[in-house]
Amino acid sequence: MSDFPAAASGRPLRILAAMSGGVDSAVAAARAAEAGHEVTGVHLALSANPQSFRTGARGCCTLEDSRDARRAADVIGIPFYVWDLADRFREDVVDDFVAEYAAGRTPNPCLRCNEKIKFAALLDRALALGFDAVCTGHYARIVDGPGGRELHRAVDAAKDQSYVLGVLDAEQLAHAFFPLGDTSKELIREEAERRDLAVARKPDSHDICFIADGDTQGFLARRLGTAAGDIVDMDGTKVGEHDGAYGFTVGQRKGLRLGRPAPDGKPRYVLDISPVDNRVTVGPAEALDVVALTAIRPRWCGPAPTGPGEYTAQLRAHGAEVPVTAEAVGGELRVRLAEPARGIAPGQAVVLYQGTRVVGSATIATTTAASAPVGT
Amino acid sequence: MLPEAIHAMTAHLGSTGNASSLHAAGRRARRVVEESRETLARALGARPGEIVLTGGGTESDNLAVKGLYWARRDGDPARVRVLCSPVEHHAVLDAVHWLGDHEGAEVEFLPVDAVGRVHPEALRRAIEGGSGPQTVALVTVMWANNEIGTLQPVAELAAVAHEFGIPIHSDAVQALGQVPVSFADSGLDAMTVTGHKIGGPYGVGALVLARTFTPAPLLHGGGQERDVRSGTLDVPAAAGFAEAARIAVERQPEHAKAMAVLRDRLVAAVRAAVPDAVLNGDPDAGGRLAANAHFSFPGCEGDALLMLLDARGIECSTGSACSAGVPQPSHVLLATGADADTARASLRFSLGHTSTPDDVAALAEAIGPVVERARGARIASARR
Repeated sequence: MSDFPAAASGRPLRILAAMSGGVDSAVAAARAAEAGHEVTGVHLALSANPQSFRTGARGCCTLEDSRDARRAADVIGIPFYVWDLADRFREDVVDDFVAEYAAGRTPNPCLRCNEKIKFAALLDRALALGFDAVCTGHYARIVDGPGGRELHRAVDAAKDQSYVLGVLDAEQLAHAFFPLGDTSKELIREEAERRDLAVARKPDSHDICFIADGDTQGFLARRLGTAAGDIVDMDGTKVGEHDGAYGFTVGQRKGLRLGRPAPDGKPRYVLDISPVDNRVTVGPAEALDVVALTAIRPRWCGPAPTGPGEYTAQLRAHGAEVPVTAEAVGGELRVRLAEPARGIAPGQAVVLYQGTRVVGSATIATTTAASAPVGT
Repeated sequence: MLPEAIHAMTAHLGSTGNASSLHAAGRRARRVVEESRETLARALGARPGEIVLTGGGTESDNLAVKGLYWARRDGDPARVRVLCSPVEHHAVLDAVHWLGDHEGAEVEFLPVDAVGRVHPEALRRAIEGGSGPQTVALVTVMWANNEIGTLQPVAELAAVAHEFGIPIHSDAVQALGQVPVSFADSGLDAMTVTGHKIGGPYGVGALVLARTFTPAPLLHGGGQERDVRSGTLDVPAAAGFAEAARIAVERQPEHAKAMAVLRDRLVAAVRAAVPDAVLNGDPDAGGRLAANAHFSFPGCEGDALLMLLDARGIECSTGSACSAGVPQPSHVLLATGADADTARASLRFSLGHTSTPDDVAALAEAIGPVVERARGARIASARR
């Protein structure tokens, strides 16, 4: 527990452990309690009608998850409450998710939830109620560096979740604990077994928690309707039809249902989604190569860097790192990629790293293709 | 549990014997059940034959509400109106809603005043209104409210219902042991009581049932309890329940007096610490349970108050929570005309025989800072 000071080293902290009902947050809470801190478990009710969401219990938002979280808190021996953040979640995460798709972008709701719910609505309420910090089961590390607390990647690269935490600023990080960052998922499950936590073998959550059946297209269609439109190639020639432009993501190949093969016989990919004229533009893989991008709403995990700097960037969840040069100009982050990268969708976050340290993040607004400029 | 009730219950845990069996062990068990039934009847102002033992208050409420509805509708298909107070416990409220959703019941909520009380004249208007008295299946109004402690004029309501030949049920779970409860004097047709609220065991209760109306059963089988309720009787639980009821009723006057003293102190202490706290329910001591004090703390959220008090060793409760544990604005306060914010800002303090002046002093000390902190938290979580 490199980032988790034991209470012996000072006064015990009053820690609010967010417990989803899964194995990770349960072990995180147990570790915090074992370190001698005063821990209180809280399950966030994020749906106004919990039973209407997923019933398979693989993540958050279900009745069963609330019970699993409560049972874990009992076993750990900490008080447990359910906090109703359904209204805030709907406004800040679900409505935003739908609005972003409606604008032709591809949002990441987990980032948004961390920024607006777990480390804003929840953290603010916790601090006001006298807690010192919020602890979660995210796989990331907090390291005390020369300039304050730093956010780093988890040691388990496959489980690392620093990308979805890249939106946290220094103030939020000052009150965050991630007790699992130094351990692999496999060992966390073993630890949960040792601690008699019944959630030890509970499956991981993968999908978006508020989309019960994993059918994002259907979810969006119910909210945005289905307006048929054209699929065009880079010259503007119609090559097919779609029944709702918002359902597509830049870089997508499957589900285009293009009748005729392209002249070169190669597969085509979504290059651009334009909600204004309800058009989806497709083209060859090479046209997806992006060499530069601009991103908005930059958030820094420490002091904001000045001038251009060399970083590596992660451009989507579970994506590879690419070397970049980035500079914040006004309210914008300008990023130049050292080598072209594919499948970069506006709406996703660009997270900048130096080594394992997260420097900051911003939301991708426009991209510059290697071949011809594409994007809005 | 009361030590006497534990003793009465454990005395029978070691004996086997099905009270329905004809052999010696069965007869022994039957004797315990019947003696318990007689004890309960004496305590409740009822005849032994009117005591139907059940698995607790929820089952009794469901048996009364659904069973009477089915029986009445079977007698005349036009009788589908269910008149219900809006401040009922969920065991009645949800049963009534279910009848509306699945059994063709027309559910009508009786108007209540600002303290949550149903007035006999309001009941009369409801019965005579709509499609008239001949279409009413039953009336159900609780004896004492579990959240804000308001007592209902049960006998007067029963008199009105009976003018029209309509059965009336009352959930008296909160009333027994707190105020005088006599089934015979009330004129009710059915009355719910339960063991664990009076220092008896969990999982046992009774529906006191006059011979006037017979509900259709919920549980079919051996017909052990008057053919209205089937299932092998829990002999030790019946003995523990009966002993608890006997003692609760015997000690009721003295208990109510002691609780009223503590309650008045508690109310004064809360008002001194938080001048804008609002006491909910009937301000007249004669119209409410002595062991209950229910407040709204403007600008706070009940669940924040609960958590902060819990951390200081003071246990209280908010209205109710859904099955996922999400605190809900109290339907009782909403029914009395409170807005959702006020309903969420509320907290119930219940006193019991273990409560002491020291407990009240601890609350008096904690409540001011706790309310201040909860107000800060509400402002903080509204910010973005």
